[in-house]
Amino acid sequence: MDDFTPTEDFISPGLPVDQANTTGREPLGDPQEVPELSEVDCPDELREAIEASMALYPDHKSASIPALWAVQRTYGWCTPEGMRQAAAVMKVTPAYLESVASFYDLFRLKPSGESQVLVCTNISCWMRGGDELLDAFCEASGADRGEAGHGGAMSADGEVMISGFECLGACDLAPMASVNERYFGPLEPADAKTAINQLGRGEDVLPDKLLAARPLPGGDQESSDERLTSSKGPNR
Amino acid sequence: MSIVETRILLRHASDPELATIDGYRSHGGYSTLEKAYDDLEPDAIVHELEESGLRGRGGAGFSMGKKVSFLPHGNQTKYLCCNADESEPGAFKDRELMQRNPHQLIEGIVIASYAAGISHAFIFIRGEYDIQADILDQAVAEAYEAGYLGKNILGSGHNLELVVHRGAGAYICGEETALLDALEGKRGNPRLKPPFPAVQGLYGGPTLINNVETLSNVSHIVANGADWFKSFGTERSPGTKVVSISGGVRRPGNYEVELGVSLRDLIYGLAGGPLDGREVKAFYPGGSSSPVLTPAELDLPYSFEAMAEAGSMLGSGSIIVADDSVSIPHMALRTARFYHHESCGKCTPCREGTYWTVKMLERVVRGEATPMDLDIITSVQQNIIGHCLCVLGDSMAMPVSAMVNKFRNEFEEVIAHAAINGVPTTDGREAQEDGVEPGPGGVGLEVLRRERLMGRPLPESPQAAEEMPRA
Repeated sequence: MDDFTPTEDFISPGLPVDQANTTGREPLGDPQEVPELSEVDCPDELREAIEASMALYPDHKSASIPALWAVQRTYGWCTPEGMRQAAAVMKVTPAYLESVASFYDLFRLKPSGESQVLVCTNISCWMRGGDELLDAFCEASGADRGEAGHGGAMSADGEVMISGFECLGACDLAPMASVNERYFGPLEPADAKTAINQLGRGEDVLPDKLLAARPLPGGDQESSDERLTSSKGPNR
Repeated sequence: MSIVETRILLRHASDPELATIDGYRSHGGYSTLEKAYDDLEPDAIVHELEESGLRGRGGAGFSMGKKVSFLPHGNQTKYLCCNADESEPGAFKDRELMQRNPHQLIEGIVIASYAAGISHAFIFIRGEYDIQADILDQAVAEAYEAGYLGKNILGSGHNLELVVHRGAGAYICGEETALLDALEGKRGNPRLKPPFPAVQGLYGGPTLINNVETLSNVSHIVANGADWFKSFGTERSPGTKVVSISGGVRRPGNYEVELGVSLRDLIYGLAGGPLDGREVKAFYPGGSSSPVLTPAELDLPYSFEAMAEAGSMLGSGSIIVADDSVSIPHMALRTARFYHHESCGKCTPCREGTYWTVKMLERVVRGEATPMDLDIITSVQQNIIGHCLCVLGDSMAMPVSAMVNKFRNEFEEVIAHAAINGVPTTDGREAQEDGVEPGPGGVGLEVLRRERLMGRPLPESPQAAEEMPRA
């Protein structure tokens, strides 16, 4: 049989390319081969973080999610280079780590700016204005509303990623948003502009809307129920 | 307010010191653990947990003590996974419990591990809960320092390593076998059962998987006995429950009550009832996976058995209230979109069923559907339920079926209204996002004319459309 040389059309037949999976990718070597640590130039801090995670588990592969978190912390997103470095430390293939990264919503496979705003648009937040809040964040930052609702969009200055998100587990704050992994709510559409401005100036975001500052809805109660007051367990 | 909370787990929770080991100890924390290692045999603890009737608080409501007793005896390595991947829309109780009282959870984990002979424990917390994971990390470090974790705990010879493992955003990882895969460092796909995790779970070893709230109850039961615990709640649903109430209510949040209080007390009493000028139209009693109930069912007691008898479920104990401003077809679409997004894609009925349900519900709100499509939607749901490895698909199918069946009139009105006037009611966004121009006319119109108007002229206004005869 004659040697088969694929044409360029065969390799890339003009299909739409998924940006999320290809942006920033350089030919870095075979994704199916475990890279050598010596060939990936892994920063010491990243290597140590991943090795510390690996030591916590009976099977070192369990550290793949912690390793990807470390990559994302180091580079701002899960870069192909970063995943290759993590793969070398963990002695797994880059393809394996990428398959894990692409499964989870919080791993970002393309550049996503300095700050990330996740706006919940699930049932409880939707009922109380979650869509309008996402509109307001997009308007305040200049991000594309259509894209923000489907996986995230960058602000006009490229510093902030705005994304509609499924339930973040804070329906009591509805409508709410997570800004750089901190929860805020309930938010008015006007809070979006304030938050974006504060992010731009490097200030604390909406301090009075922070979840941590919120009391229990039923307040501070002391019960006279004898079963509780005579309990021998914790919370006496 | 006629009803007061009964706080076992959330008692003193307003005290910020409770999150520290000293604060927790000052309220009697870790004394149960010390007593357990000093005086109690592991089997006696398992027996007490079984006797107490404590049912899993994560959704399924299975007996916690039975789960422990299913673990094989013997010297093999056994694991405990605390499921803190709380991702069900409407649920936010574990967030509160971990943030306010992390040591209560750790004490429960240590006692359960001692009882079942477990040497490795993990808390799998969803990645979005960053603050709560930091709080747990800190609490775990304090517990190690105090000798409640690590090698030879309190001189008993029992070793326990506890690791806080952050997930990275996937609802499916709350499913116990998907959680195991995620913890093993893989994509979070559910596994075929059997074998059940109690026999073959994490790393192939016997594994106990329990929810945060379930494990938080353990030290209270061991300290006070099964009879004390059974004095709260109903016969088949003993104990208290932290209930997350959200949606169209005045005071959304977490309330701890005895199981068996009425839904009216929860929604109107504790959560303050609907907002000004609004009425309750429907509610999910146990998170977005539970079939919706209507105001006629408000006086039912909130217990596992009463919710099951009403054709729904208590689930994780999360009530989402929809008031009369909410369009049920749009709520069904939101619900279906969530499950479509979160389906892992492993089983065809779930992967395709959630996709097509979203497509059909989009047609409904765009006015391109016909009443016949509603029958197709319900039949698709019937073909998802019970046909997948896990219950994610069922979790969409059950509430969507319930909404179509209980609010069919509203679905038909929305179809008619959209066909005549364009996209109706509260949310035209769905149609615009997909670049489809809504009504007037629409594909459904001809069919509507045939099926429902029976040749009469088209109504001119939404009001007139509402008065159309039913097919």
